[in-house]
Amino acid sequence: MKMKKIGLLCISLILVVSLGLAACEIKNSDEMGSDKDEKAKTEKTVELNVLAAASMTDVLNELGETYKATHKDVKLNFSYGSSGALQTQIEEGAPADIFISAGAKQMDALAEKNLIAADTRKDLLGNDVVLVTPKDSKLGLTSFEDVASDKVKRVAVGGENVPVGQYTQQVFEYYKVWDKIKAKASLGEDVRQVLSWVESGDADCGIVYKTDALTTDKVTVAAAAAADTHKPVLYPEAVVAASKNQDAAKEFLEFLSSPEAKAVFEKAGFTVL
Amino acid sequence: MVFSPILLSIEVAVCATSVSFVLGLFIAKQVVKLRRLKSLVDGILTLPLVLPPTVVGFFLLLTFGRNGLLGDMLAAMDVSVVFTLAGAIIAATVVSFPLMYRSARGAFEQFDRDLIYAGRTIGMSETKIFWRVIMPGCKPGIISGLVLTFARALGEFGATIMLAGNIPGKTQTMSLAIYSAVASGNREKAYMWVAIIMLISFTCMFLMNIFAARTRKSVKAGAAAGSIIKDEKSLPEGTAIL
Repeated sequence: MKMKKIGLLCISLILVVSLGLAACEIKNSDEMGSDKDEKAKTEKTVELNVLAAASMTDVLNELGETYKATHKDVKLNFSYGSSGALQTQIEEGAPADIFISAGAKQMDALAEKNLIAADTRKDLLGNDVVLVTPKDSKLGLTSFEDVASDKVKRVAVGGENVPVGQYTQQVFEYYKVWDKIKAKASLGEDVRQVLSWVESGDADCGIVYKTDALTTDKVTVAAAAAADTHKPVLYPEAVVAASKNQDAAKEFLEFLSSPEAKAVFEKAGFTVL
Repeated sequence: MVFSPILLSIEVAVCATSVSFVLGLFIAKQVVKLRRLKSLVDGILTLPLVLPPTVVGFFLLLTFGRNGLLGDMLAAMDVSVVFTLAGAIIAATVVSFPLMYRSARGAFEQFDRDLIYAGRTIGMSETKIFWRVIMPGCKPGIISGLVLTFARALGEFGATIMLAGNIPGKTQTMSLAIYSAVASGNREKAYMWVAIIMLISFTCMFLMNIFAARTRKSVKAGAAAGSIIKDEKSLPEGTAIL
């Protein structure tokens, strides 16, 4: 009986404490950043919520650290997700300040509804579409046309609804071999899946972005698609129209176009436009 | 900062489990009493479990976004749930709630009603019957519900990323950290988080199982009808033990 009572006491204690915590969180959550740093509060800290495509996680984290050093009055909150999900969040009035999309489509949709400040929109980055093979591949592929040959048994590409898949189709259509490729293609859910199929050797080759190919040493870049074979791969940026921190947001976008940021982007394999 | 996902995950899971625990027990108790509309209410309450988490997250975003009904009211009070830890807790609570509610309901329904009547016969109040007769008897079921709820809340991803975003140091829980690491091609980091989340989950399950085994024993020991009220002090004054 004693055991039981102690147990009950423990449970109720945990409950009360965590409920209290939860209540505090709800109360404080929207001012969390500011009361973490009392000193910054007096200097009037601006919080910027930057919604960015998940593929930019590492570069933006790095650039965020750099920016923090010179802009003590700005607190950057990066939130990473798929461009489509981020678009929905902005449409539903999430408190976002900056949107960096991995495709023009999502940005166009927001522009149509006047949800982004049109004059701040800019194509920040570009990416290359490349053909990758497993590191130990003995097929000796050197061009996109080689993929059509019979020695290639399985090609990993993005599905129809995946951006990289659409670019892939354009490239192979340009070389007029899409029908042959389609017959031996395995369709990935996203570019990462395509890459892991090639990494593991399950596919003889695959088509991914250059930035993805550079994240692993298990694949070799066999060829890069020429610019005129597909629509350009673009990463547009813009300030969200509803943002209350327009000036601070613009300033951060300017920083992303600075030579300092350019070096970081290029190191990761992006083309700076 | 580097290990903030661990703290955030645990904070979210503990808060969500606590809220689900209280709400789940309370609502399950009410639903058991319902005569009509039982299956309809039950269906609605179980919905978050059946729907894909992303869809739940989308609905939550619709509700709590600035354009949403609740979001509008909260915005008037200068409170925002979207992109905050509170949002992560709400998402995890909504998704994990049905597990607690279902387990508690099942336990309540299977409970031997004769014991409740016996309690009434000796003049125990309804509140006392609930805490001293029903709860101890339903303990195994409720604990298993608690385990499931905690596990679900700890691993929550889909609804969380929709409502709370994926902000490192603020709303990025371990599941989100794994997603981010994979999306940016950082395999080692992803493996590290996977290992940590597995370790934490295993430890929690292990502890809870030990706890459950112990209470099961005590419930069994107390199963002989009369012995439920073996604590003399719990009896109303003037009742003699027969």
